[in-house]
Amino acid sequence: MLGRLEELCNLNGVSGDEGRVRRYIKEIAKDYADEVWTDTMGNLYAHKKGDGPKVVVAAHMDEVGMIIWGAMENGLLIYQTQGIDPRVVVSKRVVVGPREIPGVIGAKAIHLQSMEDRKKVLSHSELFIDIGAKDKADALKYVSPGDYAAFDTKWERLGSDRMKAKALDDRMGCAIALELLKQTYDCDFTAVFTVQEELGLRGAQAAAYNVKPQVALVLEGTTANDLPKTQGHQHITKVGGGPAISFMDGSTIVPRAMFEALKSAAQEAEISFQVKQGTAGGNDAGAIHKALSGCVTGVISVPTRYLHSPCSLASISDFENAYRLADAFFATGKQNEVINEVL
Amino acid sequence: MYEKTMIQKIVTAYGPSGREQEVTDVIRSFVEPLVDEVTVDALGNLIAHKKGTSGKKIMLVAHMDQIGLVVTDIDEKGFLRVSNVGGVHPVTAAARPVRFENGTRGVTYFETENSGFMNPSKTAITQLFIDIGADSREEAEAKVQLGDMAVYDVNFLEMGRRISCGALDNRICCAALVEALKDMETEHDIYAVFSVQEEVGTRGAGAAAYAIGPDLCINLDVTLFGDTPKCMPMAVKLGGGAAIKIMDASVIVAPMVYTFLEDVAKAEDIACQRDVMRMGGTDTSVVQRSRDGVLAGGISIPVRYVHSPVETADLRDYEATVALLRAAVKRSELPQR
Repeated sequence: MLGRLEELCNLNGVSGDEGRVRRYIKEIAKDYADEVWTDTMGNLYAHKKGDGPKVVVAAHMDEVGMIIWGAMENGLLIYQTQGIDPRVVVSKRVVVGPREIPGVIGAKAIHLQSMEDRKKVLSHSELFIDIGAKDKADALKYVSPGDYAAFDTKWERLGSDRMKAKALDDRMGCAIALELLKQTYDCDFTAVFTVQEELGLRGAQAAAYNVKPQVALVLEGTTANDLPKTQGHQHITKVGGGPAISFMDGSTIVPRAMFEALKSAAQEAEISFQVKQGTAGGNDAGAIHKALSGCVTGVISVPTRYLHSPCSLASISDFENAYRLADAFFATGKQNEVINEVL
Repeated sequence: MYEKTMIQKIVTAYGPSGREQEVTDVIRSFVEPLVDEVTVDALGNLIAHKKGTSGKKIMLVAHMDQIGLVVTDIDEKGFLRVSNVGGVHPVTAAARPVRFENGTRGVTYFETENSGFMNPSKTAITQLFIDIGADSREEAEAKVQLGDMAVYDVNFLEMGRRISCGALDNRICCAALVEALKDMETEHDIYAVFSVQEEVGTRGAGAAAYAIGPDLCINLDVTLFGDTPKCMPMAVKLGGGAAIKIMDASVIVAPMVYTFLEDVAKAEDIACQRDVMRMGGTDTSVVQRSRDGVLAGGISIPVRYVHSPVETADLRDYEATVALLRAAVKRSELPQR
């Protein structure tokens, strides 16, 4: 599962441009699912037929990145983005477009900065991607408006139990969902790999409509704020503290029965877990739980530091235990218990 | 006339967004004798169905959730840190008695730094905490878990023809809907929906609307007011009657829906006023946009000091709302495009 995660993180799949990730997942999923198909938005479905409730496990394929909207006379590229702090992009390598043209994002050298410049945070509209083009015409030979740019960093293991990569949010969820597909559970099981989560849960809404699940489990990377000078009650989650179970976030209030079932699945399987201690941010659960006539939806997240940056960091054991927790939930038939309790 | 004990029971029941079990039980006990079938869906919406003969379906919806505080951390001294559930104003939330679903009581306060007093300029919810009288984390955890929710403690107050309580938004409308179901005369199928999770972004009612597929929806919710000192100008006033929704920040009501309600009010001599609310959304919007679109409007009860523990309403508006709802569903001809 870890090797697969490395490959997934190294693929580029900015929201709206998930093709590379989708092709990779499809190739693996077809060996385990009864049917694999893609909808018009680009969501990928891997369905394992079974008796019992309709269950969806959802992970999003897209990562945060940039979209090019033009080249300047001097050959620098103008971009737009959503969900990326402009402070994390300066001096970073990116790759642009279908041919993955390398580029860098630079800023005025410190020698030339005034005192005011040094205090100021540059905005995305003041930053440019430099692909080494001589001028506008040269740049447009390699890049077209509408091309996507992704951070150019590779997955790496750090220390004994940590890893860093771009797109850990949410390729970890994708890797876990693929692993779950190998198992057989007491339900009609569909792993959904969604598009455009980072732009506002856009793919998941169509996915819920297509599958009509009764129970959904969303697998995510969530914020870990366990940094120096942060008070304990603002940590949200801690890296290395185990997979995080949510009671509520900005998009979803998890039904009590689901929250309790996830906690008992962890306790029964002796998996150490943490409760996510913040309510900000959203994920695909927000779109899935209220689609159609409603669906019992829960969330398991892997705590991740430096989210939405070229170098997010997570714990390998948290990642593996998030899989074990999801597996334990379904293997012990909790999907049936929560339906009976809620309805 | 209205039944005050029923109103009091419904408005004082516990039920923050996503944790509406207690208020569901209370409302269910009142509506079960009045309808043919009561169901609860996957999100927790309580749907009371009264069968009709016309083949037309009317959805009447009032959200039953209230705003609250959710526990996000318990420290070593037993203090609880919280996050808001819905639109909680931090200053309003401080120095309040609160209660949890299991009956645990507590009080809220702010970090006071060195002064010993609350600093109103520091109004972030992250600086708010709940003191439940525990000396240690262990003692606190015996009563309250992460994810448990607190609401403002019961404070039902009668002030002549007006009442004040923490959850009038929107329990006063839940009570009005129950009241209207008593001996309701109609030839249409009535689906009275007590919806969940409105306060966190109208998340519940859409699922119920999808399941029902109504021909007409009338949403009951509270609206703001324009009759207190130095408030934002707004035509609605307490005691001015049932407020017929023209629009709010989430929805524009189709003219044939609000003129239908105005015609009914005029014909039956029911006090009414027009409701144009610039801030805040309601369940009307998600029902209107469900399936292939639904004709949806609203009747609002004006409530002062919304999202505070002293929300205040006038029972004359309550009575007018009940009367208008009953008269509207009695009509054979419903609004149509």
